[in-house]
Amino acid sequence: MAEITLENVTYIYGKGAPYEMRALDDVSLTFRSGEVTGLIGHTGSGKSTLVQMLNGLLRPDSGKVLLDGKDIWEDPKKIQQIRFQVGLVMQYPEYQLFDETVEADISFGPKNMGLAPEKIKEAVARAAQFAGLAPELLKKSPFDLSGGQKRRAALAGIMAMEPAVLVLDEPAAGLDPGGRREILGRIREYQRESGANVIIVSHSMEDMALYCDRVLVMENGRLVMSGTPAQVFSQADALIAVGLDVPQITRVARALQDVGVDIGLDIYTVKFAAQRLLSGREAHEG
Amino acid sequence: MKADIAFGQYYEGNSFLHKLDPRWKILFVIFYIVVIFLAKNVFAFALLILSAVFLILISQIRLRTILRGLRPLIFIISFTALINIFWLKGETLLIDWWIFHIYLEGLINALLIVVRVVILVVGTSILLTYTTTPIALTDGLERLLSPLAKIHLPVHEFSMMMTIALRFIPTLVEETEKIMNAQKARGADFSTGSLVHRAKALIPILIPLFISAFRRAEELATAMECRCYTGGEGRTRMNVLHSGWRDLAALLALCALCAGVILLNIFASGYTLAL
Repeated sequence: MAEITLENVTYIYGKGAPYEMRALDDVSLTFRSGEVTGLIGHTGSGKSTLVQMLNGLLRPDSGKVLLDGKDIWEDPKKIQQIRFQVGLVMQYPEYQLFDETVEADISFGPKNMGLAPEKIKEAVARAAQFAGLAPELLKKSPFDLSGGQKRRAALAGIMAMEPAVLVLDEPAAGLDPGGRREILGRIREYQRESGANVIIVSHSMEDMALYCDRVLVMENGRLVMSGTPAQVFSQADALIAVGLDVPQITRVARALQDVGVDIGLDIYTVKFAAQRLLSGREAHEG
Repeated sequence: MKADIAFGQYYEGNSFLHKLDPRWKILFVIFYIVVIFLAKNVFAFALLILSAVFLILISQIRLRTILRGLRPLIFIISFTALINIFWLKGETLLIDWWIFHIYLEGLINALLIVVRVVILVVGTSILLTYTTTPIALTDGLERLLSPLAKIHLPVHEFSMMMTIALRFIPTLVEETEKIMNAQKARGADFSTGSLVHRAKALIPILIPLFISAFRRAEELATAMECRCYTGGEGRTRMNVLHSGWRDLAALLALCALCAGVILLNIFASGYTLAL
């Protein structure tokens, strides 16, 4: 369930004006449920535009966005219902916090859904737990929280709607390494437990390698590559050509190959590299 | 959305008007407004129309842009025109039907007033907003008002505030859009429901917007202090304003226009404005 498909989607900013720009150019792809999909591409490649297509914040100029096979723009008046099913966490979501307490802020989404008060309470408690917010923080003002806590509160605000599709635009931007790991780990955990379809936009190749099942690469409003992290990151030259990079450990593997130690180029995590090296040693000694 | 902001709209260009000294331009606008209100009869108004056409031609701004600037005024223009047509009494009765008495004088008067308002708006916007960057404008204003600093009026601070406010309009618009999108993603609905409901729906936008505006203000203040900003005293400028032959030529042209209008008022006999 909860599969999003884009069919020949094109979107143009400032249509007809001299500064007209094609942000998405005939993009067709599918985000499968039960997967964490990573979306990469350098600044201005159309990632954020694509993400705003998914929950109907932007409407394609041509082409269709399908949620479980149904055009989300079939009835524009019901677009709000789509937004409850496709939760979008925007970049720097902590700037959207507004209510008196963290709890009230998290319940904004469920309230808009028209849930019963006790259901809202449950949803808020569950979301707060997923996002890693201690219960005593719920009674505080969101403006008294630390940066990382604010980010988690904003994340919980979307998770509380229990969307079947969770889209996150740079969820870990501006956090310290510990905060990064925690946020991304919690998103991964949410995906495992709810079976949701999760889409993450990021600039960090390491994060993509660690947390995603599938990676899509965008360039100039087009989809240029897609596959498992191993498939995508083994094409280092193509990635570098579109202004991106490969994880550091993949670069190490390439450097090793250059000096005559071949452990394969499909390596994208440190753990995996260690395994390869160890099994290589065993084969050598045995 | 950025294209929707009409306030302080500037059109890039390289015309005679663009090159005028902003200090002079502000004075010219005041002068031009005075001349517009001096005009009394049809001939003086004809001269004014010529002057406005001349301004449009040398500004190199497209007529369409100028007409679009007039659109918000349609209501007020037609309202004043109607009042003049129906309420002004004269000698030549044109239509006399039921409670409507329309006189020729009323019609001409309405026409002249419409012309006056249109020239007022077109002339001032071409001279000032369309051809002067907001920064140059506040700069010019600061220099013009600088004598007031002698009596301890905070002229520099005032103009710095204006500059910053203008600078941050697009930033805040962008920010508002972002916050609106974020709340829409949480199911907020701004376009349906009663007035009270809609006003309440603005709270989730206004609060984050205010907080971010305060944060930006604080960051800007720190950044300015880091660059040793201490206020206007002893501050030199990167762009020093110079008046030149263009400003003199423009001044002479305006004086000529003023003289022309006054002479036509006195010597040409035609219909004279009643108001």
